Amino acid sequence: MPGIATPPAPIVPPPAAPPTVAPRTITEPSPPQSAQTGVWIAIGTICMSFAALTSAMVVRQGAAPDWRHFQLPQLLYVNTLVLLASSGTLEWSRRRIAAVSVGAPGLVPRLDGLAGVYLTLALGLLFVSGQVIAWRQLAAQGLFLATAPSSAFFYVFTALHGLHVVGGLLGLSYVLRRLRRVAGPAPQIALRAAALYWHFMGALWLYLLVILATRV
Amino acid sequence: MSQPTTVAAAHHHAPPQGFLRKHVFSLDHKVIGKQYLDLALVAVCTGMVLSWLMRFHLAWPETPIPGLGTLSPSGAAGGVITPEYYLALMTMHGTIMVFFVLTTAPFAGFGNYFLPIQVGAEDMAFPRINMTSFWVTLVAFLVLISAFVVGDGPPLSGWTAYAPLSAVGKDAGPGQGVGQTLWAVSITLFCVAQLLGALNFITTTLDLRTKGMSLARMPYSTWAWFITSVIGLIAFAVLMPACILLILDRVAGTSFFIPAGLVISDRLQPHAGGSPLLWQHLFWFFGHPEVYIAILPGFGIISHILPVFARKPLLGPRVLIACLVSIAFLSYTVWGHHMFLSGMNPFSATLFSVPTLIITIPATIVTLLWIGTIYGAKLRFTTPALFCLGFVSVFVSGGISGFFLAQPSIDTYLHGTYFVVGHFHFVMGVAAMFGIFAATYFWAPKMFGRMMSETLGKWHFWLTFIGVYCVFMPMHYLGLAGNVRRYSAFTDDYLKPLIPLHRFITVAALCTGAAQLIFLFNLIRTRLRGPKAPDNPWEATSLEWSTTSPPPFDNFGGRPPVVQHGPNEYGTRGAAGDYVMQASPQSAGPA
Amino acid sequence: MGKLFAVVLAIITVVSTAIFVTHTWWLPVDISAHGHAIDHQLAETMLSSGVLFVLSQLALAAFVWRFGDRRDGRAVTTFPGGVTPMVVFAVVLVGAEVLALTFVGSKVWAGIYQTPPDPNSLQIDVQSEQFAFYFRYPGPDGKFGATHPELINEASENYFGLDPKNDVSARDDIVVPTLTIPVNRPVALTLRAKDVGHAFYVPELRIQQDFVPGLSIPLHFTATQTGKYEIVCTQLCGLGHYNMRAYIEVLPAAQFEQWLKDKAAQQ
Repeated sequence: MPGIATPPAPIVPPPAAPPTVAPRTITEPSPPQSAQTGVWIAIGTICMSFAALTSAMVVRQGAAPDWRHFQLPQLLYVNTLVLLASSGTLEWSRRRIAAVSVGAPGLVPRLDGLAGVYLTLALGLLFVSGQVIAWRQLAAQGLFLATAPSSAFFYVFTALHGLHVVGGLLGLSYVLRRLRRVAGPAPQIALRAAALYWHFMGALWLYLLVILATRV
Repeated sequence: MSQPTTVAAAHHHAPPQGFLRKHVFSLDHKVIGKQYLDLALVAVCTGMVLSWLMRFHLAWPETPIPGLGTLSPSGAAGGVITPEYYLALMTMHGTIMVFFVLTTAPFAGFGNYFLPIQVGAEDMAFPRINMTSFWVTLVAFLVLISAFVVGDGPPLSGWTAYAPLSAVGKDAGPGQGVGQTLWAVSITLFCVAQLLGALNFITTTLDLRTKGMSLARMPYSTWAWFITSVIGLIAFAVLMPACILLILDRVAGTSFFIPAGLVISDRLQPHAGGSPLLWQHLFWFFGHPEVYIAILPGFGIISHILPVFARKPLLGPRVLIACLVSIAFLSYTVWGHHMFLSGMNPFSATLFSVPTLIITIPATIVTLLWIGTIYGAKLRFTTPALFCLGFVSVFVSGGISGFFLAQPSIDTYLHGTYFVVGHFHFVMGVAAMFGIFAATYFWAPKMFGRMMSETLGKWHFWLTFIGVYCVFMPMHYLGLAGNVRRYSAFTDDYLKPLIPLHRFITVAALCTGAAQLIFLFNLIRTRLRGPKAPDNPWEATSLEWSTTSPPPFDNFGGRPPVVQHGPNEYGTRGAAGDYVMQASPQSAGPA
Repeated sequence: MGKLFAVVLAIITVVSTAIFVTHTWWLPVDISAHGHAIDHQLAETMLSSGVLFVLSQLALAAFVWRFGDRRDGRAVTTFPGGVTPMVVFAVVLVGAEVLALTFVGSKVWAGIYQTPPDPNSLQIDVQSEQFAFYFRYPGPDGKFGATHPELINEASENYFGLDPKNDVSARDDIVVPTLTIPVNRPVALTLRAKDVGHAFYVPELRIQQDFVPGLSIPLHFTATQTGKYEIVCTQLCGLGHYNMRAYIEVLPAAQFEQWLKDKAAQQ
């Protein structure tokens, strides 16, 4: 074939010395350090989505005089405290597990640190339920998705945030399972990544609360 | 407790077992890459057939198309395409091509296959998320295609789906009921899939590079996929909520995009207060970066392949990367150039035209870098090389017409005409496609372990290269004559004299389309029983060529390569010839 | 193969450029006051981009012709000056051209879309709908009647939703399907859409503007030649988009005044 040289004898690089790796209970599906990078990237993209919705809200509010302000259900503020508390419990748990694991990489000493993770899951579920109840309260006032642009954005923002929180809960459950069954640093690094995501959910909610409280 | 010596080595998974795990629900980025490419192949065949139907109808509006009447009794009774069906075909053509071909093949397809190998990794950072993104993409495609067979057909609002036409529902016309909703759902799913994919690309590039593979030593195709992922991360994150709001306007009675007082099909619409321009801003904020998502992998692929067949290094690789980054950044500042006449504040038009014209500068530089690479080269005219050279030519052609459209004063005349159609087809429908062809011919030996036929490849190239100029260059002439686009027929007095030129374009399009069958035949025959390919048939330097054809499941047989060189060492004295491979332990000699 | 590529590319370049240069297909006659500025901008752009097009395609062709691998053991050579001339050319020459075009072009654009209409303009209200244009003149009272979407009735030809029974100023409004205007007099249109997005485009007038539902968009121009021309829709609006057309008739001033009087009498 023209243009293709006959392949020369390939140069084979001398094989690298096989790296030493600590034995694991279960084969890891991906390098644990990547989880952190992945979460940062996810945070970036989620911020962009909510930024787009924020500008849509600003534009819509200015496009017509039909905004119709309403009072946010007080329950939202309680839910906020619940979500922030869950960040606290998760962070407490993460540090406890990290401290306990230094010098003692086994599974058992870790287990009492897990209580905080369970508590976080419970508080997270409480938050989501609280949001659903807040929706019910709004509906009882006659404020539905299509009632006004203000209520429409309220539901869209809280629903999308809630969906991402549910995703975070699923992620946390998965990390919890790994923490209970897999020794070594990998699950802790995954927990760190999950905690980063969870704290971001709290920060995002604070942002949404502010823009909803001031504009809706 | 001991740490792994390389991050890549810590990322170790067992070989897949069983047919389903190996070939269907595979976690292997190479299988996933091929699945994306096969999806894109089905999509491009579909999109191409749609374009033939469209062009045939424009040239001979009353002539029945054999078989079409049976396939679509409502859209083409007796084989003659109705005006609404024409627009539906056009909408699906654009949507399929932009999303399921131009975003899928060069980026998700080749990127998935080659990015991990080119950085020396065993797989992507998140293989299960990777598999998920392919299957979500496939579901998105099936949802879109289902619009052909449900309700009263696919939407007719174009791939741009402007509100309120796309937002009010079935009052606006055929296909605007269920069809449009399916479209919006499909695109939402597609966004999710692409975001997951971008996540993988970026994390893999940042975290999983093998020892010695600094960012500076990454191949230019990897750089392009990396930068494209960053663009996508932001762009798709905006389109997704936009589509969600569109769906809500359609099914939940909201009014994000629909103003008050609309009377459609004699019915006063119940919506009020929304802004059609809001949809345009959200859509184009995504839409413009999207076209760079479509072309940037092509830039990377051409920059990667050209030196191989020029037998000399790419001119100015650091400048190339700087240009890719600046194009990516600028791509977010120009979206209003699709909206000069949209009713937005006219002053904004001037604001948007400035970065639009500035973006020509890095685009010019990269073109000159390629042309400068060819200077003084020792060109080997293989099929992938020809498509690289063709890419440069068609990208120049497509880019030049951008100069006109970037200026609001000229856009006053050329907006909405065939000039625009010629422009974007040259840069997307031709240049990006040439990038895909170059990549296919170049990497087929590695992916399939078999060589494609050079004879058939060259026939494919020549017929296509001449053909695309015959199809798309005349569209600029039509545009200068004021020929409006998206018309299913030319009934206006001033358009009738242009119909012979349309017939010429149609004949050229059908012939060029037929020439693609050569490619299809070549590809399928190669995959089934092409001659076996050696590890490095093109004498190239990057890491994919230092492993077998095709690579083993973990890419490097358990021995991650150690990189000593950049990807650009051609025309230099190496142990194997006039090049030095990236993983070669020797030091580079003088050129 | 390389020589073939070079020859084919050269032919493609020469043929396509020739068709542009000889104006085989070109813009129609310009009948507007502002159009010459657009045509001039277009010609400038055609020249500079044409030069760039021809130079780059022929350079590509020339290099491909010259630098095939002739298996003569020759070493590869770098482009003289390396990457610097490329960057300099792009930044300085292309940059300068781009700057010039922006500067001049923005003035042309502002002259059409950012300047207020002449206070003596003939005011005409334009409504676009699936799939027609309708034009409304204020009538002898010089005032437009209010529009009510809920009153729109195609069958009774109440396209604008006027309420002549209760609205005095609506009674003498003139509604017609053809845009009739006097030559050499500024015309100020207000563009409104009844249902979905449309656009107003007259190639000879070098003017184009989208209609956006919910907005009233101003557009003004002066026609400098009499005749009958087509207004076509350029914003995809549904199945009848290809057929959505009206005529614009530019009449001598006296003839226009007569036409207006006749129409007023018919109301």
